[in-house]
Amino acid sequence: MPQSPFIDIKNLSVGYTSRSGKTIPVLRDVNLSITRGDSIGLVGESGSGKSTLALAAMGYFKRGLHVISGQVQFDGIDMLNIERNALQRLRGGRLALIPQNSGQSLTPNLRIGQQITEALRLHSDLPATSFDAGVIDLLSQVRLPDPVGLTDRYPHELSGGQQQRVAIAMALASNPEALLLDEPTTGLDVTTQAHIMELLRDLAKDRNLAMLYVSHDLGAIARVCNKVMVMYAGETVLTGSAKQVLLSPRHPYAHGLLASIPRLNETSLPQALDGRPPMPSETIMGCAFADRCKLADRTCYSSSPPLNHLETGEAVRCFHHDQIGQLNQKTEKSARSNPVAADKDTALSLANLAVSYSRPRLLSKLFALQDTPPSTVDRITIDIKKGETLGLVGESGSGKSTILKTIAGMVPAQSGNIILNQTEPLDTMVEKRPAAYLRQVQIIFQNPDDSLNPRHTVAQILAQPLRLYYGLSGTPLRDRSIAILEQVRLGEHYLERLPSQLSGGEKQRVAIARAFAADPEIILCDEVTSALDVSVQAAVLDLLDVLKRQDGTTYIFVSHDLAVVKAISDRVAVLYQGRICEIGPVAAVYSAPFHPYTDALLGAVLEPDPDVAPRLKADDAVELSPPNLGCPFQRRCPRKLGSICETNIPTAQEIAPGHIIHCHISQVDL
Amino acid sequence: MLIRRVLLGGVTVCIVSLIIFAGVEMLPGDACTQFLGEYQADEELLAQCRKDLDLNRPAIDRFAEWTQGAITGDLGLAADGTTKISTIVGDRLKNSLLLAFCAMAVGIPLALLLGVVSGLWRDRLPDIIASTLAIFAMTIPEFVSATLLILVLSVWLGWLPGIVLTSAAAPASEFFPEILLPVIVLSFVMCAHIMRMVRSSVIDVMASDYVQMATLKGVPYWQMVFRHALPNALLPAINVVALTIAWLLGGVVVIEVVFNYPGLGRLMIDSISDRNLPVVQSIALIVASVYVCVNLAADLLTMIANPKLRTMYMRK
Amino acid sequence: MTVSSTSHQQEHGRFMTVMKDILARPSGLIGLTLVLFHILLALLSPSIAPYDFKLQNSSLMLSPPSSEHWLGADHLGRDILSRTLMGGREALLVTGIATPLAVIWGGFIGILFGLVGGRVDEVLMRIVDAFLSLPWILKMLVLIVTFGTGIGVLIPTLTFFYGIPVIRVARAATHDIIARDFVWAAKARGHSRISIIWRELLPNVLDTLMVEGAMRWSWMLLAFSSLSFLGFGVSPPIPDWGLMISDARGFMSFAPWGVIAPVIGLSSLIIGINLSADALAKALGIDRAQKAPM
Ligand SMILES: Nc1ncnc2c1ncn2[C@@H]1O[C@H](COP(=O)(O)OP(=O)(O)OP(=O)(O)O)[C@@H](O)[C@H]1O
Ligand code: SF4
Ligand code: SF4
Ligand SMILES: [Mg+2]
Repeated sequence: MPQSPFIDIKNLSVGYTSRSGKTIPVLRDVNLSITRGDSIGLVGESGSGKSTLALAAMGYFKRGLHVISGQVQFDGIDMLNIERNALQRLRGGRLALIPQNSGQSLTPNLRIGQQITEALRLHSDLPATSFDAGVIDLLSQVRLPDPVGLTDRYPHELSGGQQQRVAIAMALASNPEALLLDEPTTGLDVTTQAHIMELLRDLAKDRNLAMLYVSHDLGAIARVCNKVMVMYAGETVLTGSAKQVLLSPRHPYAHGLLASIPRLNETSLPQALDGRPPMPSETIMGCAFADRCKLADRTCYSSSPPLNHLETGEAVRCFHHDQIGQLNQKTEKSARSNPVAADKDTALSLANLAVSYSRPRLLSKLFALQDTPPSTVDRITIDIKKGETLGLVGESGSGKSTILKTIAGMVPAQSGNIILNQTEPLDTMVEKRPAAYLRQVQIIFQNPDDSLNPRHTVAQILAQPLRLYYGLSGTPLRDRSIAILEQVRLGEHYLERLPSQLSGGEKQRVAIARAFAADPEIILCDEVTSALDVSVQAAVLDLLDVLKRQDGTTYIFVSHDLAVVKAISDRVAVLYQGRICEIGPVAAVYSAPFHPYTDALLGAVLEPDPDVAPRLKADDAVELSPPNLGCPFQRRCPRKLGSICETNIPTAQEIAPGHIIHCHISQVDL
Repeated sequence: MLIRRVLLGGVTVCIVSLIIFAGVEMLPGDACTQFLGEYQADEELLAQCRKDLDLNRPAIDRFAEWTQGAITGDLGLAADGTTKISTIVGDRLKNSLLLAFCAMAVGIPLALLLGVVSGLWRDRLPDIIASTLAIFAMTIPEFVSATLLILVLSVWLGWLPGIVLTSAAAPASEFFPEILLPVIVLSFVMCAHIMRMVRSSVIDVMASDYVQMATLKGVPYWQMVFRHALPNALLPAINVVALTIAWLLGGVVVIEVVFNYPGLGRLMIDSISDRNLPVVQSIALIVASVYVCVNLAADLLTMIANPKLRTMYMRK
Repeated sequence: MTVSSTSHQQEHGRFMTVMKDILARPSGLIGLTLVLFHILLALLSPSIAPYDFKLQNSSLMLSPPSSEHWLGADHLGRDILSRTLMGGREALLVTGIATPLAVIWGGFIGILFGLVGGRVDEVLMRIVDAFLSLPWILKMLVLIVTFGTGIGVLIPTLTFFYGIPVIRVARAATHDIIARDFVWAAKARGHSRISIIWRELLPNVLDTLMVEGAMRWSWMLLAFSSLSFLGFGVSPPIPDWGLMISDARGFMSFAPWGVIAPVIGLSSLIIGINLSADALAKALGIDRAQKAPM
C-alpha cells in the first residue's frame, strides 16, 4: 500500500527581487514528496537550489527569498500558512534540521549542555529534572566520548566531527519524525565523515525517519539514501531510486556529474563536464543544460523539456533521455599520461626535512626549559623525478601544505635540505634564492579567491611572472598572455576581467595559467580542486594533466581526497601528523599490503555506488600534535603492536621496489 | 595575557606623560616668561623666578619629580606658584564625572535599545527613523545641536535653564536641573556611534548560521533574540562604549563652554589660554589615564564575556 | 540556451563602477550633490554674494530678514546671506588640504610599520595609543595658542593629529592583506619588496584609506568648526560658520536668524560628506559602522 507523503512539496517556485525590481527565481516548479522510512538524496552543483528547497520543507526562507507559487505540506499541515506557535512546535520538533556547518550553527555563547537542554525543554515531555540525564543520553547516542564532560564545553572547544555529532544529538532531542540534512559532512575528514554517515544510517533505520539529505557528495548520498533527486539551475532534472540514478543515470547532466567523480577503482582521470550552470539572473530559453549537453539539438534550445515520468519509476527532464546510451560511446575515457621512467633525473629532493611552527617562548629560553613540542613536520625524505606527479595525502592537519610552503620558501625549515636538480641546494628563505631557481618552482593555492589579487585584471595577473622572469612588455607580453590563456582554455576576452567577474573554475584556471607562465620545472599544487564543484574539479584535473604532458612539468599534488590523488599521481606519499607512513607508486599504495593508516583512510572513502560499503578501521579522534616518541599513528592505530610502537620510530620496510611502509608490523603480516 | 594588557596600558601612560612633559618643554617660553608677562625682558627677574620655580634643573630631574608626585596624587603648583593644582582640578573633575555619569546613564541604555531595535527591524520604519537621527547626531557639531536646543527648550519654550550658573565647588545636587540640557545633548551625540555599531552587529548576528539554526530548532523569536543573538551581538559594542566613555570623561570642552558648565574641559581651555601649563599637564595626564583605564576595562570585560577568549586563558 | 545579462556588458573602469554604485544609492546621490554644491559655492561665492561680507551698517544691526537682506543682518549689521554663502570657504580650504595630507602621511607610516612588524611596530603603536589617549582639543589648542591661529598653523596641526588614527587603520589593513595568498604567491615568485608593496598591497589598502579619508574629512570639519566656535579658528572678520554661530548665540532670543543660517550651511556640508562616505564605504564593501571615531 503506498503511504501518503509525509513531506510534500508541490510546484514550488521561490525567488528574490533583484535590485532592478525583477523577480528572479532560484527554484522553479519543484515537486518533492517523502514518505516515512524514505530517505531522499538531493544533489546538484553549488547554487542549484538544494539548500533553499530543504529549508522550504521547514517553511523557512532565507532573508530576501520569497515564495512565488506552490505548496509545502508536512503531514498534511500547510507549512506556508501556519500559525507561528504551531510552526515553532514543528520546527525542531517533529521536523528537525542538521545544518551544513555545525561549527557556525551552534551558538557560541551557550554551552553544549544548555543548547541541547533548550531543545529538550522546547520539544520533549521530559520533566525538567531529567534534562541533564536526557542530554547525556543523547550525547552518548551519537557516540561522543565523555558526554558528561562535554556538556560543560563551548562549541569552539570541540572538533569539527564532534560539533557535527552535537548537532545531530540536538536534532534527535525531540524524537523527530523527519530529518533534513544540509551537507552534514562537508569539510570533514574522510574517516570522520564515514563514521557520521554510518551513525545517520543506523538512526534512520532504527527510527523509521523520513530523511532529506542534501549534498553535492554522491558518495555520501549513495550511503544513506534510497532515492535521489538531481537538481540543475533550480529545477528537478532527474529523480529515481538511488541505484537507478547513481548506476545508470537517465539524464545527460546526471550522467556527466557521475562521470566527473574520480573513483578509487579506476586509474583514468574523471571526465570533465565543461561549462558552468546559468546564473539565476540569466534568462533561460529551452533546456537550461543545453550549453553543456552533448546530446543537445535544435529542439533543446527552443523549447524547455517537461519532466517525463517513465514506467521504471524515474522522472527525467530531457527530450532525448532514450539516447543516453550514446553518451557512453561518444566519450572514451581520456587516458592518463604514462608513468615516468625510473631512470629520469631527479627534479627535487627533500632530505630529512623538518619544520616546526613553535618558537621557543621567551620564558623557556631564559630558563632553558626543554619542553619543545615535537616538530609539525619531520623526517621527510623524498626524491621526485622529472615529469613525475607526486601525490601527498592525509587528513587535515597532517602537514601537507606546510611541506609545500617549505619547498616554496615561505616557511623556514627547521633542518634538512631541499635540493633542486640534484645539485642546487635551495635556501629555506625565499628572499635568498636566486631568481633562476625561483622561476623553476611555482605554487598554485587552494582558494583562488585568496590567491588572485582582487584588484588586478587577468592581464595584470599574467603579466607578473612574464615581466619578472622574461622581461616581456607591450605586444609580446600580450601575445604570450593570450597564448597562455588559450592553454588553460580561456579566451582572449578574459584578459580585461577582474577575479570577481570569473567563476570559481575560471579563477583557478587563471591561477594555473599564472604558474605556467613562468614555464617552471616544478609546480606545487595545494588542494587546487577542493574549493571547486566536482564537475569543475574534473576539468581542472584534466587541464593539469594535459599541460604536464605538453611541458613535462613535475607536480607535487596535495589533497585530502584519495580518489583525486589517485587519479592524477604517479607516486603517492601518505602523511600522518607530518610524518610519512607509506610512499610508493599509486598502484602499490592503493592495494595491499597497506600501512594501517592507509588502510583506515581507504576504507573510509565513500564511493558513489549504493552497493559498496565503507570499512571503518580506525576511530575518528582528532589529534592536535604528534606524539613525542615512536610511531605517529600509535594513538589511533587499530593494529598497534604494543610498547614498541610508543618508543621506537618504525623502520622503513621496502615492500617492493620504491614502495616503502613505515611500520613495526613485519612485511608478511601487513 | 591579562598581565600583558595591564603592562601595555602602563607603558602607554608612561609614554603619554613623556609626551606631555616633552611637549610642554619644547614650546617656546616657560612658566616664568608667561608669569612675568611684559617684565620678562628683565633678565634678573626672570632668573630669580626660574630659581624660585626650580626651572633650572635638568628636564629629566623635573620629569622624575613630576611623575613621582603624580603617582602619589600630588600634582604640584599652578603657574602662579601658590595654588595647589589638585584643589583646582578636584572640583572640576567631580563636575565632569557628574556630567559624564548622567549622560552615560541616559545615553548608553538608550543607544543599546535603539541599536537593537533598528537592527531587528532593519529597513523598516523604526530603523529608518533611528538611523536618520543617528546621522544627524553624528554629523551636526555639538555646539550646533546645543545651540538649537537652548533656542527651543530654553529660549522659546522656557522649560529648562539654558546655562549653568552654579559655581564649580557646589555639591552635585545643586547642578539640577541646569545639568539636564547638557546631558540631553551629550546623550544624543554619544548615542549615535554606539547605536550604529550595535545595529550593524545585530544585523550580522541575525544573519548568522546559529541564529538560523535556533529559529529552525523552534526557539520562539524573542527567546532566540535574547538567548542566542544579543549576547553575541553586544560583545563588539563593549569597545565602542569604552571609547565613548573615555571621550565623555575626557572633558567635553565644547559642550561645557556652550552651557558654561564648570568641568575639566573648560578648565583646560582656560588654562591653555592663560598658558597655565602645569595645570594643562595635569589635566592631560588625568584624561589620558582615564582613557587607558577605560579601554583596559573594556578589554577585560570582553575577555570575560566572550567564552572563546575566556576559555583560552582559563582552561590552559 | 542562456542569455547572459552581465558578462556581455561593456567593461567599465573601476572608478566608473564605484561611482555608479555610489550614485545608485540615495545616500550617495544626496551626499555627493551636497558636497559638490558646497565646493562650487566656495569657489563662486565671492562673485555671487550680494554684499561685501565685512561691510558694517549700524542701522541694520540684528535686523530680521527683509527683501534687501534676505537673511537679515548680524550684530555688526553685516549681511548674513553674504556671510553664510562665504562661511565655508576657509573650512573647506583648510580641511581640503589637511585631509589628504593626513591620510598620506598616516597611511605611509601605517603601511610601513605594518610591513616591518616586530618590536619597532609594537613601540610605534604604543606611541600612537598615547597620542590617541589625549583629547584632540587639548593637543590642538596647545599648539594654536603657542603658534597663533591662521591657516599656516591650522593645516599642519590638523594634518599631524588627524594622521595618527590613520596610522592605526592603515597598519591593520596592511596586516590583513599581507597574510593573503596572493601576497605569498608574489613573494614565492621572487618579486622585489617594492613591487609587492606597489602592486599587491597598495591597491587593496587604498580602498580602506579612501573611506578613512572621507570619514576623517567630516571629523576634521567638525573639529575645525568647533575651534572656530571657541574662537581659536578663523580670525574675524573673515566669515566662518562656527564663528558666526558663536557670535549670534548671544542674541539668539530675539534674533534667531543669525544662528539658523550658518547652522544650515555647516550641517548640510558635514551631512553631505558623511552620506558620501557611507555610500563610498558600501560601494567598496567596507562596513563603516564598525569603525569607531578616534
Ligand atoms: N538570501 C538570498 N537572496 C538572494 N539569492 C539567494 C539567497 N540565498 C540563495 N540565493 C541564490 O539562490 C540560489 C540557490 O541557492 P542555494 O543555497 O539553495 O544553493 P545550493 O544548491 O544549496 O548551493 P551549495 O551547494 O553551494 O550549498 C543561488 O543562486 C543563490 O545565489
Ligand atoms: S533536453 Fe536536450 S539539452 Fe536538455 S539535457 Fe536533454 S538532450 Fe540535453
Ligand atoms: S608502527 Fe605500530 S602504531 Fe604505527 S602503524 Fe605500525 S602498528 Fe600501528
Ligand atoms: Mg547549500
